[in-house]
Amino acid sequence: MKPLGEDAEKEKKAASEIAGLLEMLGLDGEREIELEDVEIRANELVLLPSVLASTTLESIAPPVRLAPPRAKPTTILEAPFTPFLQEYPGQIREATLGATKSGGGSRGKAVVIGGAATPAFYLFEKTPLHPPIIAVDTFDMKVTLPRAIRMHVEEVWEDPAAWARMVVDKWGAEVLTVHLLSTDPLIKDTSPVEAAKTVEAVLQAVDVPLIVGGCGDPKKDAEVFTKVAEVAEGERVLLSSLTLDMDEAGVLEGVAKAAGEHGHLVLGFTALDLNRAKELNRKLYECVPPDHIIMDLTTAALGYGLEYSFTIHERARMAALMGDRELQHPVLAGTTNAWAAREAWMKLGSEYEPRRLRGPLWETLTALTLLMAGVDVFMMMHPAAIIHMKKIVQRLMTHSNVKLDKIANWVLQRYGEE
Amino acid sequence: MTEREIKEGVKKLSPIDVYMFLPRTNCKECGQPNCMAFAVKLVNKEVSLEECPPILTKEHETAYKKLQDVLAPVIKEITIGTGEWGVKIGGKLVMYRHEFAYHNPVALAFDVTDEMPLHPRFSEEEALIDRVKKVEAFSYNYIGRELNLDMIAVRSTSNDPATFKAAVENVAKITHLPLILCALDPNVMEAGLGAVQDRRPLIYAATKGNWRDMAELALMYNCPLTLFAPNDLDLLRSLSKTLIEYGVADLVLDPGTFPDEGQSGTINNFTLVRRNACKGGDELFGFPLLGTPITVWFGKNDSREVLAWEEACLASILTSRYADVLIMHSLDGWVLLPTAIWKFNIYTDPRKPVAVEPELKTFGNPNGLSPVMLTTNYALTYFTVESDLKKFGGDYYLLVADTEGISVESAVAGRYLTAESIAETVKKSGVAEKIQHKHLIIPGMAARLSGETEDELKNVGLPGWRVIVGPRDSSGIAKLLDEKWPPKEGGE
Repeated sequence: MKPLGEDAEKEKKAASEIAGLLEMLGLDGEREIELEDVEIRANELVLLPSVLASTTLESIAPPVRLAPPRAKPTTILEAPFTPFLQEYPGQIREATLGATKSGGGSRGKAVVIGGAATPAFYLFEKTPLHPPIIAVDTFDMKVTLPRAIRMHVEEVWEDPAAWARMVVDKWGAEVLTVHLLSTDPLIKDTSPVEAAKTVEAVLQAVDVPLIVGGCGDPKKDAEVFTKVAEVAEGERVLLSSLTLDMDEAGVLEGVAKAAGEHGHLVLGFTALDLNRAKELNRKLYECVPPDHIIMDLTTAALGYGLEYSFTIHERARMAALMGDRELQHPVLAGTTNAWAAREAWMKLGSEYEPRRLRGPLWETLTALTLLMAGVDVFMMMHPAAIIHMKKIVQRLMTHSNVKLDKIANWVLQRYGEE
Repeated sequence: MTEREIKEGVKKLSPIDVYMFLPRTNCKECGQPNCMAFAVKLVNKEVSLEECPPILTKEHETAYKKLQDVLAPVIKEITIGTGEWGVKIGGKLVMYRHEFAYHNPVALAFDVTDEMPLHPRFSEEEALIDRVKKVEAFSYNYIGRELNLDMIAVRSTSNDPATFKAAVENVAKITHLPLILCALDPNVMEAGLGAVQDRRPLIYAATKGNWRDMAELALMYNCPLTLFAPNDLDLLRSLSKTLIEYGVADLVLDPGTFPDEGQSGTINNFTLVRRNACKGGDELFGFPLLGTPITVWFGKNDSREVLAWEEACLASILTSRYADVLIMHSLDGWVLLPTAIWKFNIYTDPRKPVAVEPELKTFGNPNGLSPVMLTTNYALTYFTVESDLKKFGGDYYLLVADTEGISVESAVAGRYLTAESIAETVKKSGVAEKIQHKHLIIPGMAARLSGETEDELKNVGLPGWRVIVGPRDSSGIAKLLDEKWPPKEGGE
């Protein structure tokens, strides 16, 4: 599979090539093709569903009846539903985040993700093995945050350990991410040793599984992750993220090997391109076991390209279930990116207020959309969005308890009545 | 996406399949170079069959009918309303967006009831005329596109024919928007339909108990008809078969929308129906799906805010999971905005590139003193900046850097946008020869590159350039220019 843009180009090219070719072939060529194809056509036509003439906006005349009028049925004609059966030869690998004492770490609980054997929440086929989880974002320094989030974290944002304790104790985080943003050479250039100390402090402060985020500079991240892998030996942290840029910079193998040696998981990040995601995975297989690899296929905010993320996740999951082993990994979405959309935080006029609801709803809907596309781990930030996502995940994991009466008569329901 | 996947998505249709039935005269009347090119566009849904004038003539009548059949989508396209105010729903070719593209964005309908007062009698009371006006007035400019709402659903909570008739009349008087009439009692429905004979509303709904009367009404008034079989796909399918046999051609399917703990069952039903139609060739399910997120509002004590939030979530889930029309209640802007945007987004064509052409763009009539700004070639980023610049008015140069279609923040993090690449972009664009200053405004998200970029500009033979860090969001450009443009210390 190719990037979307490239495909469109190719299709366009192919189309004009076909057109050109046929023109070159001239009339005789056309006739030949015609004769060859007519037979196939006739066969196919029999199978095509008969379709009633569709109305258009301009002409809303009643459909022309071609057949003679039939007797109208007087009772319901039984046509029971038989579900179309779909087989999935593939399954998503399971991955374990965090390690307890018996697993060689110090976490209170390990969290297993992945294992999907059907598209997301196809409960009619199979109950999902593991619920998707939420990892709460924290940072190792003050960062620019929208006010709606800042107000919840500004008391702790100079102290990563306190921040970690708050999201675990107060918000009930099952997994947390500490982004080592200060390691950025263009920000504070915190050394790998210092950064690893932060990770140790967070591991001390809380006992949930940990995701460690870098700064985005491939060389620096590789150095930092290598050090972190060493000091967090056995804890099965998830290093976020490893990239093909690291490979270009010649540092991918080293950091992946460090992760493998010390028993950690790695997050492979690629930008909306499944070919590159597969290429990165192939490189990672050399250094870490396949069940230690999670994919980040890029998360764009609602209103800011979420549809591209949605579609790449649906494509990846479907390809994996249909047997593409290089895509059979759990996927992670950085849904805090939702706040990059101006509609999440900007003042837009009184009719769009209150922003205290609009912002977290934006984050929730960004996450919810990718939940429908099969995402297994969500990095999130606003407490209201986190709580609501958990609630929805729980509902979707459970076979419905349907209250038929109320819904059967919804048309008649008045507002505010029990 | 491979060629093969696309073909499967559109019922294994190849341009040749279509070409065979075209006149094959290469007359160019459709604006295409030849019939094969037109066939390619037809298969890709980029043109409509009616754009070929010869095919509409008597001579090609049979071929035209064949082509209509061949090109018909697996989910029937149905029109609610008439004329320029009609809204098309359904018309889907595929189950998954990546298989081709979705067509006819989910129509958003908002309810009024026949017991609402026309105007509020106390503050915050829900009133009929107010609500209709609000639905009509909603408009949001999103990357240069106007987002609007689509329909009004009139519900009979009174279950009284005269009351319903009056409410439908009142609504019809004040709006051109297409209508959904909601009443389960055929006498009530008939009264409502009588008030809007020529408007072709969607009838909601035929059920196990009332289907014969509703079928008669649908035929008499020539209206599309919703089949409502909550959580009973056997019944839904049987009703579909029965109503088709009865002669009602335009059906809409509602398997029931259950809020709260009912959500998993709801999406299961929507998914099963759509999959049978798209993957299993089940013609009885080959109709648009109707969802009712409005059901979150009934029988609960939660605050308005909580219910509106729940409704937004359910609407979003159903937009992703195959609904073609939704009936909702909340008219809060913070609910409507994400709902309208996701509706717009998921119906864009995934085959369209994520990136725009990297080049030097001009806005207004820039001269030697106009500001030079830089952004990335990620389509969404570019269109956001473009729409802001157009809104501000004025004259600008905008350099679109090639970041392989990645947004600014990710491009900086992933090193698709670096000091070197910025300097190269400036150099290659030739903008330096067009201007008399030496200032480049870069996005706030790329602030960390500012120092390095000045050095790199020197390295590519553009000494003395200064980098001004712009706002993190392009909405702040006007303010930045007010404060910092023209720059105090000129470029040397």
